Amino acid sequence: MLLQGKGAAALAALFISASAFALDRSALEKLASDDNDEKIAAIAALVAEGDPKAADVLKSAAEGEIEVDGKKVEIVVNNRVRARIAEALSVLKLLSPDNAERHAAATALTGGADPAMLPLVLKARDAEQDPAVKKLLELATAAMQLRSEDKETRLAAIRALAGSDNKALLVEAASDADEDIKRAAQSTLREMDDRLVWGEWLGLAFAGVSLGSILLLAALGLAITYGLMGVINMAHGELIMIGAYTTYVVQGWFRGSALFDFYLVAAIPAAFVVSAGVGMLLERSVIRWLYGRPLETLLATWGISLVLIQAVRTIFGAQNVQVENPAFMSGGIQVMANVVLPWNRIFIILFAAGVLVAMWALLSKTRLGLYIRGVTQNRSMAACVGVPTARVDTWAFGLGSGIAGLAGCALSQVGNVGPDLGQGYIVDSFLVVVFGGVGQLAGTVYAALVLGFANKLLESWSGAVLAKIAVLVFIIFFIQRRPQGLFALKGRAVEA
Amino acid sequence: MKRRSFVSVLALAASIAAIGTPSAFAQQKTVKVGILHSLSGTMAISETVLKDVALMAIEEINAKGGVMGMKIEPVVVDPASNWPLFAEKARQLITQDKVAVVFGCWTSVSRKSVLPVFEELNGLLFYPVQYEGEEISKNVFYTGAAPNQQAIPAVEYLMSKDGGGAKRFVLLGTDYVYPRTTNKILRAFLKSKGIPDKDIDEVYTPFGHSDYQTIVANIKKFSQGGKTAVISTINGDSNVPFYKELGNQGLKATDVPVVAFSVGEEELRGVDTKPLVGHLAAWNYFMSIKNPENSEFTKKWGSFAKAKNIAGHKDKPLTNDPMEATYIGVYMWKQAVEKAKSFEVDKVRPAVYGQTFKAPSGFIAKMDEKNHHLHKPVYIGEVKADGQFSIVWKTKGPVKAQPWSPFIPGNDKKKDEPALMADKKV
Repeated sequence: MLLQGKGAAALAALFISASAFALDRSALEKLASDDNDEKIAAIAALVAEGDPKAADVLKSAAEGEIEVDGKKVEIVVNNRVRARIAEALSVLKLLSPDNAERHAAATALTGGADPAMLPLVLKARDAEQDPAVKKLLELATAAMQLRSEDKETRLAAIRALAGSDNKALLVEAASDADEDIKRAAQSTLREMDDRLVWGEWLGLAFAGVSLGSILLLAALGLAITYGLMGVINMAHGELIMIGAYTTYVVQGWFRGSALFDFYLVAAIPAAFVVSAGVGMLLERSVIRWLYGRPLETLLATWGISLVLIQAVRTIFGAQNVQVENPAFMSGGIQVMANVVLPWNRIFIILFAAGVLVAMWALLSKTRLGLYIRGVTQNRSMAACVGVPTARVDTWAFGLGSGIAGLAGCALSQVGNVGPDLGQGYIVDSFLVVVFGGVGQLAGTVYAALVLGFANKLLESWSGAVLAKIAVLVFIIFFIQRRPQGLFALKGRAVEA
Repeated sequence: MKRRSFVSVLALAASIAAIGTPSAFAQQKTVKVGILHSLSGTMAISETVLKDVALMAIEEINAKGGVMGMKIEPVVVDPASNWPLFAEKARQLITQDKVAVVFGCWTSVSRKSVLPVFEELNGLLFYPVQYEGEEISKNVFYTGAAPNQQAIPAVEYLMSKDGGGAKRFVLLGTDYVYPRTTNKILRAFLKSKGIPDKDIDEVYTPFGHSDYQTIVANIKKFSQGGKTAVISTINGDSNVPFYKELGNQGLKATDVPVVAFSVGEEELRGVDTKPLVGHLAAWNYFMSIKNPENSEFTKKWGSFAKAKNIAGHKDKPLTNDPMEATYIGVYMWKQAVEKAKSFEVDKVRPAVYGQTFKAPSGFIAKMDEKNHHLHKPVYIGEVKADGQFSIVWKTKGPVKAQPWSPFIPGNDKKKDEPALMADKKV
């Protein structure tokens, strides 16, 4: 009954507007009232006039301010009113001559709208020339007609909605008292389910790849320092953290400049250089004295990690610092009705792939790569043929550290940047490297992806806490059965 | 052994000097108070400002002559979001620093960790954060909200026509005592309102969790089954990635509103709030409340932050509910000390009962005569594009706290006041 009343009010307003040229003053006053029902009725009335000025009023109303008689009045707009305003603005945009604008407006309306606006949407649908927009408007009218009084209209609406992906619309109808409507709604829902199930899997797969790429980035550097060189570097996480903080500092330099959106272009090499520098310094000053003594290396690098954390705390403060996403990395791309792929994660996946390719090229195509492989495979033989092994160690350690810095740069785009950042990744990094097989790059890649998928699959099934535990338990058992990891180097290649 | 004894002699000498100097040259005596908030770790995002606002209140009181003619000397310690460390630091404050009172803690797990210390040593703690209830200690005054002053009204709002008429609920929280207990209460409450179990989904994440992809995707899927609202009890810096993910995946407040109980102006500082417009928070205070007390409070905080060079706040000062509750707590303690004319816990405690303070929330906050909790108003706010909240619902006046929620079985038999030692031993 209430809805009908509102419809009547809208119609009445339609007639008034034919004679009046200015915006309906009583509607404005109602919009400024404290009662949300009144506000919603006023919105419908304003739209029914079809006056382009209404759009401006509604836009400013959405921001909490309207003008009545030249005076600014603040109004409280809650979600319910805001949703109605957004619908009203979309309805007004249906009259736009611009195809793209109408398309966007019609898409926004497919979720249904205030039934008071049905006459206008019907009118727009009948006048629409563009087939794509027309199809969307048919869905929109169907969504609005779901609660119609007439059973035939409802049934037609339910059937029409088979083309929509919005299940929520039909839930109410699926438990309707009327058998026909109930059955029709349930069959439409089943149809939607079949279509949406692919989206779910796609979303899960993307989440798995995304987590895998983050794990891969965190572990790649370690795959060199631990995997190839055999240094148990407990400060690896802190090298990641240093990369993230470098990104923060570079971001600070770009703040306020027009190039702010591109600060990452500068931050990526900076993060690499700073972390690599710190890594090489560590290697020269501490780690090189400890080669072949894993226990001492472990303790020394753990101590270094504490020193680095405290140093960052002293310089930047104990609180997290904010690293903003550039504008093009916010939001996401809608690939299916129920799958949105966030840009920042897409970029990180691409970035991880890029780093991987670059590292592979460096190790297999350059002289430095040849030296690194030579030294790790047979140190004394390499020394005999004139490879400067000590210097190669430093470069290799610097390379691993630099890649950790790149990981930090990437992580700053998805998580928090604080002094403890590295602590959260050190365990994961070692897990990936050990699981993949020490001394193996390909193994690291597979291990990161497998762990990413396993984590996400378990998480959607048992929750984040249990998933983490389950993965850990699985790896413990796996390593017991197969200490060499997924892929092991065969033969006499690995030193000791 | 030799070195250790030397150190202890040195410490003894230092402490004698420390005791000796003020009495010998005393211009003015001081009284020590403890401040026990995490200044590092996952909770630092929320707790650091509480330390600062307590310092501000203390500075104000000192500028006006202190309490009973004595200057207040704050002792700040950092328990580093490490729960057992909270207990150690609390013990240190009470036994070594001999503080008269402690202002501190945010998470319930930290409060539970210090509780035995305060009860054993008969200390006094002012706890400034909303929590799950189920506790009245004679050694703690709770200046934050109990569930009936925050959680229950928020859910009632979500179920109302104006709140969107939600019929399905995702209870999303960090995995520890506060979210678990609150969700237990909410589940019972929702059941009493006729919401079946299949329409309630409970999800927990570890502290410091930063990957919310699957969770947000699952919320989306759940919301296909009817009008859904998310009730978030996520605590600490996990909120930043959570809200980022919400924005990136395009989950709009008009479709699925998220109401948070531990997210205020400060937590949203690091987040782009434009995609989050309309998501909700329930508190007893918002910075955007308009009244003379609040404009004075925010102004004072702004100039204090500038003077003390507090990171972030010196450029963009923000206040929030736990800050207001901390501020109320410091003043209530001061008023009670002046009423009792003593710093002794057993004398201060009865003097706190019935104490009132004209709070920045626009109402007179009153400490209940019995149950150690404040009478507070409840506000529900929606996030605006500038990171502030616009108030969409409020109670007519202050609400009395129910620390023993009626939605947990057995609570009807519990007394609305601290248990006596004799009762406890049973």
